[in-house]
Order: sequence, then structure tokens, then C-alpha cells
Amino acid sequence: MKKILVIGSGAIKIAEAAEFDYSATQALKAIKEEGIQTVLFNPNVATVQTSYTFADKVYMLPLNVEFVSRIIEKERPDGIMIGFGGQSALNIGIDLYKKGVLNNYSVKVLGTPISGIERALSRERFRETMIERKLPVPPSYSARDYNEAIEKAEMLGYPLMIRVSFNLGGRGSSVIWNENQLRKEIPRALSQSYINEVLLEKYLHHWKELEYEVIRDSDGNSSVVACIENLDPMGTHTGESVVVTPCQTLDNTEYQKMRDVAIKVAESIELQGECNVQFALSPEGSNFYVIETNPRMSRSSALASKATGYPLAYVSAKIALGYKLYEIRNSVSGSTCACFEPSLDYIVIKSPRWDLDKFDKVETSLGTEMKSVGEVMAIGRNFEEALQKATRMLDIGVKGVFDLNFIKSMNKEKAIKYLSEKRPYWFLSASAAFYYDADTEEVYQVTGIDKFFLDKIRGLVAFAKQLNANPEKDMLINALKLGFSQEQLEEITGLNRQKIQELTENHEPVVKQIDTVAGEWPAQTNYLYLTYNGSENDITFDNNGVLLVGAGGFRIGVSVEFDWGLISALSALSRYIKNVTVLNYNPETVSTDWDIAKKLYFDEISSSVIMSVLKKEKYKSVAIFSAGQIGNNLAKELESNNISLLGTAGSCIDKAENRAKFSELLNKLGIPQPEWTSVTTSQEIKSFIEKYGFPVIIRPSYVLSGSNMVIIENYADLNKYLSRSRVISTKYPAVISKFFKGATEAELDCAGDGNTAICIPIEHIEEAGIHSGDATIVTPPITLKENTLSTMLSQAELLVRELNIRGPFNIQYLIKEKPHVLELNLRTSRSMPFSSKAVGTNVVDLGVRGIFEGFHSSSQVLLNSVSWAVKSPQFSWAQLKGAYPYLGPEMRSTGEVASLGYTYQEALIKSWLSASPNNIPSHDKLILIYGDSNRDILIKVASNFTEKGFTVITYDKMPLPNYNELDHKRLLFYLSSRKIGLVVTDGYAINKDYEIRRSSVDFNIPLILNAKLGFEISYALFNVEIFSYNELKEYWLAEYSG
Amino acid sequence: MNTIPFRGIFMGNDGFLYLEDGSLYKGKLFGSMKKSEGEIVFSTAMNGYPESLTDPSYRGQILVITHPLVGNYGVPSKREDNGILTNFESEHVQVNGLVVSELTEGKKRGYSLTLNEWLIENDIPGIQGIDTRMLVKKIREYGTMMATIFSSDLKPEITERYDEIDFTSYVSPKVPLFYYGNMNRTIVIIDCGVKHGILHQLYKRGFNIVRLPCNVSPSTVSDFNPDAVVISNGPGNPNFLKDKIEDVRELLEYKYQTLGICLGHQLIALALGGKVEKMRYGHRGINKPLYDVNSKKCYISTHNHGYAVTKIPPEAKLWFVDPDDMTIEGVLYDNFPIISVQFHPEARPGPNDTNWIFDYFTMRYLRT
Repeated sequence: MKKILVIGSGAIKIAEAAEFDYSATQALKAIKEEGIQTVLFNPNVATVQTSYTFADKVYMLPLNVEFVSRIIEKERPDGIMIGFGGQSALNIGIDLYKKGVLNNYSVKVLGTPISGIERALSRERFRETMIERKLPVPPSYSARDYNEAIEKAEMLGYPLMIRVSFNLGGRGSSVIWNENQLRKEIPRALSQSYINEVLLEKYLHHWKELEYEVIRDSDGNSSVVACIENLDPMGTHTGESVVVTPCQTLDNTEYQKMRDVAIKVAESIELQGECNVQFALSPEGSNFYVIETNPRMSRSSALASKATGYPLAYVSAKIALGYKLYEIRNSVSGSTCACFEPSLDYIVIKSPRWDLDKFDKVETSLGTEMKSVGEVMAIGRNFEEALQKATRMLDIGVKGVFDLNFIKSMNKEKAIKYLSEKRPYWFLSASAAFYYDADTEEVYQVTGIDKFFLDKIRGLVAFAKQLNANPEKDMLINALKLGFSQEQLEEITGLNRQKIQELTENHEPVVKQIDTVAGEWPAQTNYLYLTYNGSENDITFDNNGVLLVGAGGFRIGVSVEFDWGLISALSALSRYIKNVTVLNYNPETVSTDWDIAKKLYFDEISSSVIMSVLKKEKYKSVAIFSAGQIGNNLAKELESNNISLLGTAGSCIDKAENRAKFSELLNKLGIPQPEWTSVTTSQEIKSFIEKYGFPVIIRPSYVLSGSNMVIIENYADLNKYLSRSRVISTKYPAVISKFFKGATEAELDCAGDGNTAICIPIEHIEEAGIHSGDATIVTPPITLKENTLSTMLSQAELLVRELNIRGPFNIQYLIKEKPHVLELNLRTSRSMPFSSKAVGTNVVDLGVRGIFEGFHSSSQVLLNSVSWAVKSPQFSWAQLKGAYPYLGPEMRSTGEVASLGYTYQEALIKSWLSASPNNIPSHDKLILIYGDSNRDILIKVASNFTEKGFTVITYDKMPLPNYNELDHKRLLFYLSSRKIGLVVTDGYAINKDYEIRRSSVDFNIPLILNAKLGFEISYALFNVEIFSYNELKEYWLAEYSG
Repeated sequence: MNTIPFRGIFMGNDGFLYLEDGSLYKGKLFGSMKKSEGEIVFSTAMNGYPESLTDPSYRGQILVITHPLVGNYGVPSKREDNGILTNFESEHVQVNGLVVSELTEGKKRGYSLTLNEWLIENDIPGIQGIDTRMLVKKIREYGTMMATIFSSDLKPEITERYDEIDFTSYVSPKVPLFYYGNMNRTIVIIDCGVKHGILHQLYKRGFNIVRLPCNVSPSTVSDFNPDAVVISNGPGNPNFLKDKIEDVRELLEYKYQTLGICLGHQLIALALGGKVEKMRYGHRGINKPLYDVNSKKCYISTHNHGYAVTKIPPEAKLWFVDPDDMTIEGVLYDNFPIISVQFHPEARPGPNDTNWIFDYFTMRYLRT
């Protein structure tokens, strides 16, 4: 074996997220260690894996069979690994195998063989396999069309569950209570199946859901690395569930019976590597069924790795290379072998993070489809400590499970209603219900959550009430042990921070190790967490180092690109400082891999945790520039506690973050900015509009990803905005500014040394008003003039000198005749992995050099890429049932992809095709183009298509002239029967085209939501002369020679 | 306020855990309030506490459970299959005391008692609110030692040495016990504190079972004309049981098909000229690797032993080792029809991956 191709998972979408960056990175590392050359295929530009840390070659191209085949032909790898890139990689692997590509080029599938994978993935075949081997499965039938589904449902009875074959994230599955509902759901479910097949099965109401993580080698040696217990019962997707590990409510018999079956399931699919086996267990524990298996690394296996300290992806890759389980070392303990089952002397809780309120009309109740966009993992020495930590880690504005503000906004009826509607964050509703004296049984009836956990939450609420009545020393210390934070204690007791610290005698948490063996063997691990439930630290402290803070849980606007920033910062800092310690709590990431940093604190990112760690470690400084907005929000507080920030000072960060201060600064420096004012009342908004006219843009201060940011074009919009209650308050004033319609947005990704800046320019393809995270962006810029760029650069330099900016930063511009500065982000930015990989220079690395060495340059430097690079957003509309797809100033995409090319058009098309479900429409498909907004451009898009022989149709409510106008009903029919191959529209028209946009995404039809992008794509589609299939580095070197 | 009072780590009277090395830890007492002494050991099993606590091999020991929450599902009522318990390892709690980070008072549907209620019923003390990880590290460094759970902070005297007590006499039956299977084959168990898990594995395979007191003479064994003999697990120091070693040596002369488990494995090794030594802190858990040197396969197994065979008898061949520390976990004999294992193929608690040892035993010897 000399060369191995690893397939990544592509863009981050709901249900396929950063966990696959972690898995593939570990796999690449395991292969590289053997001296084998690694080739990675993944268009996800934001990942750590697409840097050259462990991959020798990186291909960022559309993740489909055609492109992968090309690369196999070119690279001639000996083996391929398809188990580390989620369902996407697995599906591609199967296709490559079926089309004979792997056979033609003698590429060996490493790990679980295709026959086993297929047996696991087709629900019907999996079921047959289980029945053959006498393993228990729920009664069910499969159906391949509408009538068959109705017929089979009759035989099974209601309620039942529809599941979709060959799919990820439970897409297309739902609980059906009656026939009417079934008739409505079936077409969508069928269309979403990779093989047009659905499964109808008995709905296991209030059954417990468990996942066993099995690792198995080619000799059949197996071990069960973790059992994950879902707190939410069956019917809630495991990605939507709060989970705990180790499992807490199973007795030995239940645990071992399912463990035995899990190993048999692994055997039945010829597993060589890792799989998870999902079980349903009846509430009284007497009965269980196998639900499914994923014959690959999955979200739960990434979580299991982080929760137990057992590196599943690494071991699984070694097994794929032929190692036996007992031949692989346990890298955490350092002294034992990989053939064992981790024992945990702590509790781990994972909670999903949702961002549903960013979406119009989205269904808010949790079900069998995944909607969450990220997750957090908390470690404690008791359930309460872990759950309270997890709640705070979500960063949703609550202080813990017991949050008086939240509770006061509820009453018992409302809390029970939220619980029965399966709203996100049920533990908060449960805490409110218990506060208002609900009993455990009542909450159990509506949720089906095991009473053991409900009693724990109920006990926590009871404790908080006692604490409120009796805030004395012992109670306060006990509160710390139950995971109450300082802020919670202040709120509950009414005492101030100083008084509480006095009473608790500055009671400090201790540092414990995660060692996989519950302390049984001495471990070298530096995988750590803090707890108040302990009396000694596990480690001794080195006193010279820096704490590098991560970005926490992912959500819309904060994703794997921030982890890339953190890893880049980590390796750069390690050149200057011996001990770089990471603090982060996102289980999906590479940065929380304990192999990556010298020391990892897996804990909350808050000023009190940071201060505890610094105090213990005797570190003098902390680096927050890779911590996204969480870091910047902490800057001022940390600095006021005499903690020095590495890079730009906290006071300067505040000047950039605080709108009023920033505006004053821009005025002082003579840098143009759109007119604006800070407002705390609706009257102030109205008077601003009277003065400057529409359109305007309103945004709260201290935001990332444009939370609650809107463009207001007329009085109707304004009234709608003002009727939403959450928007403004005196504590958090909003900013209203003049908006330039049709202007261009541009950005500079920069590194500063306090004196000058090195910058990479980026231009947005969509016009201003669309969030930069949702825009298609390109470097080098396509329309910006030289003098515009040089003005932007000198403005960057002015800012660097004024604020003594040291480290990575980003500036956003609005170009309307001249550049106006919109925002200055003194941290790593979303676009940095893209801009860095476009030019072949890591901006974060440069930033760190700026901090420690300086650039010794008299003037700013502009880095331009030799070839063209385009980044496209990935949306998860299909996953977000009911959500209206549109673009605006608030970010809604979940991921991104990029490609490089020797022409702008080539890069654009490859990049656009890399986001799913985009593909090039064939000539037998109709192109639907309509819309009232940007209508002139839409007309041009239509003629681009007709010129090339496509049939363009339009929508009669928002038609383009001279095209066949179809009504709503006909269009829905054409969409559902997939006669339409592409939809292009613009703007926001929820009252007119809601169902058209929804159907497009539900039926996986490419949808372009911006006319300008539509125009660029429609032009490029027919004007790319040649596609290049080069690896990333080749694009940095020279122009295409043919 | 009509919500339940908060329960958990802060409930109970103050109590203390005293260790032989002089350390004293304050916690909260549960279960019985009596003072109790024992050798302190830890188990890394994350569930299965009803099975562990009733395991006679823990007699004379204070058990530390490393998973922080213990008691989550309560304790079931006894279930039995023709007199053999299917969810406990013996009739009552065997440990001398229990140390946990947090006692939880769950009780799952159909279960009869909480862990606390059960310990009260069995008059066994427990202590919670102790940093059990710290304790494990201490035991790891210092080795197992004597400890006392008690309610006053006056340091108690150590009154007993674990290694110098014959605990088998406490846990072994006084009279023979019979279980009739559906086959005309009889297995005699030399019961040094047998786990019902072992009984059940044999019973399931159809054998008649005779449990004989540990100090039974070899001639009495022969009176039952057994098809095979199992020398069981049990508590305590095998080197201290001189008479029993002699008995075993004599018994082996009869060339019965023999299976030794845990203490039984050690007694056989000693009888045939091997060496058994006390380990620093033993193996107690349900996550242990085993490597079968013949088949080159590995298994996950349950261990509960503070002593181990360190030199195998001349007639013996190595069968299983623990790859983590190369402890001998099983041997086969050349000129004797004996197999013996240090680990627990009956599991309970723990994985069933090595249940096949019972098949191997019965197939290898009883079909011939």
C-alpha cells in the first residue's frame, strides 16, 4: 500500500457536520504514520483536513462520481477509505464500486467491504439480515410507491414511522398518526430516498433509545467502546436528543443483552472498523429492537471518542490498514492496548444547538429529522454539574438549567405545552414546570424521558429554591458542586459576587483527567476538565504558556472555519511558546482532539473558567482571536481582570465592536461609512428614516452572522419589524444605518503587526444586503478597480495603526462609488480558510507572526492568488422542514465549499457544483425563472438559458415576459415529478411563492435565490472551455498551461 | 413548597473513611450506620452493582466504585431459576462497605428497593461524597490496604489483616446443595463462595449440580461420582489456605475433568507447584482485555482478583494473558484434564464474550 485516497464529507449541512473533519483528520494521521501517501478529496474549504497537516494532496472538487473517478484515474491510489466522510462518502464509494471504477483501477476498499455496507444501508436488506440471524427488529414493511405504502400501513396499524432508505440525518422520516397524514407525507419521503424506497415501521412510543459504538477488526475481535443513552425517547432523532454517556439507567442484563446483539450486528455487516448500532428499549426494559447501524464513523462515534477518550477514527483507520485490535496502543493511557472498553469516572452530556428562529415558517417541534446545527459536550462528576455546564455552553442566553429569567417568562401550563410540543431545549421547560410544582409523572407523560433524569432536574430546582430561602455557606458550596455558576448564584441568592466568594471561601474547582481507564492505570493524558466534585488536582502545572480559546459550539455563522482558525493559531503559536493549551467544548472538532494540543481543557468558555485555568496553570496570557464572537465578547471583561490578551488589546477590540465608538473612530480617521445612529426606541428608528429615507438596515451590536439583522425597505417592513418584541432594548441598543441598494460588498482578510497589514481581497458576487456567509465570494476580485483596492488597503493600514492591531483580522466593505467600511472583526474570520487556501498563505499564521515578530515592512501588502478561487454557501433548507428559502442580511447557510480554477468561470461552476444538490440541468429539463425583485437580471438569466436551447418557464404570479407562465399547481406538479431541473429567483415573496421554493428544496432541485448569482452561473455554465482537475497546491504555482 | 426535598450527595450524616496509610476523608454515610472494616479495593464497572455487591469474592473488602453515580436503577427483587439466582450472585450483600462519589436513589419500574434501602436491610454501611478518583489513584500508588467506614473522626485501630483470614468459611455452604438439571450428568462444585452466575451457566447446559462445602474431603467428592468438577471463585488469600491446597492436590489425582475459576484457578496452580502472589491493587472491572495465545484472538472480560498466578506449574501451558500488564489469566494442563481461568467467564456483571469457556469445558471433556 503506497497511496490511499480518503473521501471527505463535503460541505457542512445539517446532519453532516464538522465531526467528519475530525474523523478524516484522524484517519489521515493514522495512514501518514505508516509512511503511506495520503490523497484527500473534499471541497469543504473550511476544514482542517484540507490544509496540508496530514494530507499530502488535497482535491477540492465537486463531490460526485464523475469528479472522483477523474482523480482516481489521475492518482491511481492503491486503496480508498470511504468510512470517514459521512453518508456522502459512503454513497460515493458504493457508486464508484457499482460503476466498476474501483475495479478498473484496482483500488481496494479499505475497512468494511461494500457488501457489508450495502447490507447495513438498505433498510430492507438490513432487516432481512437481522431476521436471518435472529436479532430482534421492530415489525415493519418497506414500500416503493404510494399505493404500496398505504396498503402496508393498513397492515401495520397506526401510529407508525416512515423512514427513508440510504439517507442521512433521518431526512424524509416522520411519525404518522393516521392515514391522512400518511397520504401527505409519502411523496416527499419517497423522493428523498436515494433508491426510492421507504420503510413503514411500528412507532415505539416512549421507548428508550440507545447507541452502542462497536469496533471490530478483520479477525472478528470486537469491543464496545461506548453506550450512549438518549434522554429523549424514540421518535426524536438522536442528533436532536440530549444524550448522556455512559448510559445511566440500564442494569447489567439490559446492557449486556444489547451489547451482545451489537457485536452480532457488526459481525453481520462484516465490519472492519467502527459502527454504531441503535437500539430501542421498552420503558420497563424487557424488550428491545435493533433500529439501525451506520457502518462508518458517525456523529455519535465522534462524540463517543471525545466522551471516552478512545480515538475511534484513528483505531478504525488502523484496522482498515490491517492491524488487529490488540496490536494497536491506547494512545490516551499510553500504557494499555486498544482492545478494551473505556471506563468513565465522570458523566458526559451532549446537547444539540438549534438556530430555528433564524428561519421563517420552520417547524419548531423536534422529531425524527435532524434540525440542530451544532452540539456541545459537558463533562462533570455528577449529572447536574454536567447538564448545567452544557446548558451554558449552548450560549443561548441562559445561566444554567435553573434560570430565573427564563422561568419567570413561563408558567406551568406553558412549560407543559412546550414539553408536549417537543420544543428545543426541553430541560429548560422541564425546569420551569418543576418550579411551578409539576410532578415527575406529569412531565414523564408528555415527554417519555426516563424519570431518573427528570427527578434529577426536579431535585435541582428544589435545591435552588432551598438556596434562595437559605443562602449560607454550605448551601453555596453545594451549589457549586451541582454546577451552579456565579451568575446563577447571584440571581438566586441576591448576593453580589464578592459576598458569594467570601461565603464560599473562594472554593476552586479541581482539574481531572480523562484517561479511558477510570484511574486504574497511570496515564500520560493531558485531556482535562474542571469539576467542583473533587478534592485534588490530577496534574501538576507548568507555569509557562498561553491559553488558546476556541469558538465553542457550532451554530449558524460559527462553524468549522473557526476550528480551522484555532488549529492554525495553535500550530503557529507553538513556534513561539512551548505550552499552548486549548480550551474548547465542541465534540465535533479537530481542536478538541487531545492529540492536537499539549493540553486540552474540555470545559466552558467563560471568564470564570478562563481565570481558573490561568490561575492554576500560572499562565500570563490568553489568546481569544480564534474564539469567534464568544472571544470578543469576553475581551473587555478579561482585560478588566488584569488578564493580558495575546494580540490586539481588549480595549481596542471593544472600540471595533461597539458601534458608536467604531463610528467615531472612522470619522476621526476620515474613513467613509454609511450614515447610522444607535437606537433604543422605535421613535428613534422612525426619525432616522425620515431623515435619510429607505432602505435602511437594522442590527444589534455585538453580533456574529447577522443575528436579527434586517433590511427595511418601506413602512410595511418597518411595522412588521417593530412588532417583533425581541429586537431592541436600552441594555442592548440596535444600530440603524443607511443601506445602499445594488452596491457591491468586498472584504479584506488580513494579518496585522501593529504597523502594517498583509491582506487578501475578496469580492462578493451577490449585491450588498446578503450576509457575507451566504454570499458566493471570489478572489481575486472580479470588478473592483485598482484605486478602490488601494483605498481599501490604506484604510486597513490606518486602522492597524490606530488600534495597534496585531494578529488576524477582517474588514468588510461596501463599495458604492468608493469603499465604505462596514465592520472590523478583530479575530479570525469565516472567509480566512478560503482566502488562505486560495493564495496558499495562511493568514492566521501570518497574524501570529505579526504578533511575535512583526512584518518589518514599510507598507501594506496585497496577496493575490495566481488562479481564481470561488467559495459557495451550502444551505440545509431540505432539512429545515417548512423553512422559507431566501437570502438576506441574516445568515442562514450551514456550510461552504470552494474550488479553484484557471478562469473565474471554471472556479465558479466547480464551486457551485460542490454544494448539494446543485448540478448542471440536462436539456430535457425545464428551467423555472421568476421573481419581482432584480427582474432585469432575471430576464437576462432566462435569455442565457434559451439561447442554449433550454426551455424556460415562469410563474404566473411573478412572471418574466415572453415565457410560458404556469400557475402554482402546475409548477408544484412539475417540481414533484422532477421535470424542472433548476429554479432561479430573487428576493423575498413568502406570500406568493412559499410552496414553490419549498417544493424545490424538498425535491432536491437546485435553487438559486439571487438573480446576480443566477446570471453569473448561467453565463459560466456555457462558457467554461476546459475543466482542470488539479490538486490545491498546483493552483498556487502557475497559470494553466494546458 | 410541595416539591420533593433535594436528595443526593449532601444527604445523610457525616461519616469518615479511614485508610491504613493514615488518611481520613469526610463524607456522608448511607446504608447501615455501623462501623465496618475491610480491605479497600476499587472496581471500574459502570453498572451491575447488585451483582458486584452480592459477589462472595468481595467478602472482607470495602468496594470503591469508580463511576460517580451508583444506585440509579435501584435493586431488583430476587429472581431465580430452580433455586439458582439469576440477578444476584449470592443471597445477600457480601462487601463489608461501599464507597461512592454519589449515591443515587433511583428505582426503576418493577424494582423493589433503592440501593440505600437494600444496604440498610443487609446492615452494610456506605459512604458518599468522596473523591473516588483521588482514592483510586491512592490505592494505585500505595496498593490495597485496610480501611474503615465509621461515624466518628477519631482514628480507629486496624483490627484485622485481610490476608490472614479464611473468608471462604464465611461464604461456603455448610451442607451440600443440589440442583437437578435435565441431563444425567453431574458436576460437583467445590464452593469457596461460588457466584450464581457460574451455577446458572452450568445449569443452563443441563447438568445436575452439587455444591459442596469448600473444606470437603476429596473422598467425599468421589462419593458423588461426578462427571466433572468445578473449583469455584471465592474471597481471600489463596496462599493462606494451606489445607485446601492439599485437598485440591489430592482431588486432582482422581483426574476428574476440572474447571478452575478465579480462586479455583489459583488453588489448582498452587497445588501443582505454581506460584500465586498478591497484586498491588488487583484487577476489578468488566472491561478487561484477554489475549488467547492459541487462537490469537482477544476478548473483553470480567475480572475480580487481587492475587494472580505469577509462575505457572510445570505441567501447565499459558492460555490467556491480559495484554495490558501480562497477568496470567488462564492456563491449560498437559497431563491433567484441567482448564483454569483467572477471569470470570460467567460475567455478571460484565460482557458475555467468554461464556464459551463453559461450552469448551463441557464439550472438551464431557462428550468423550
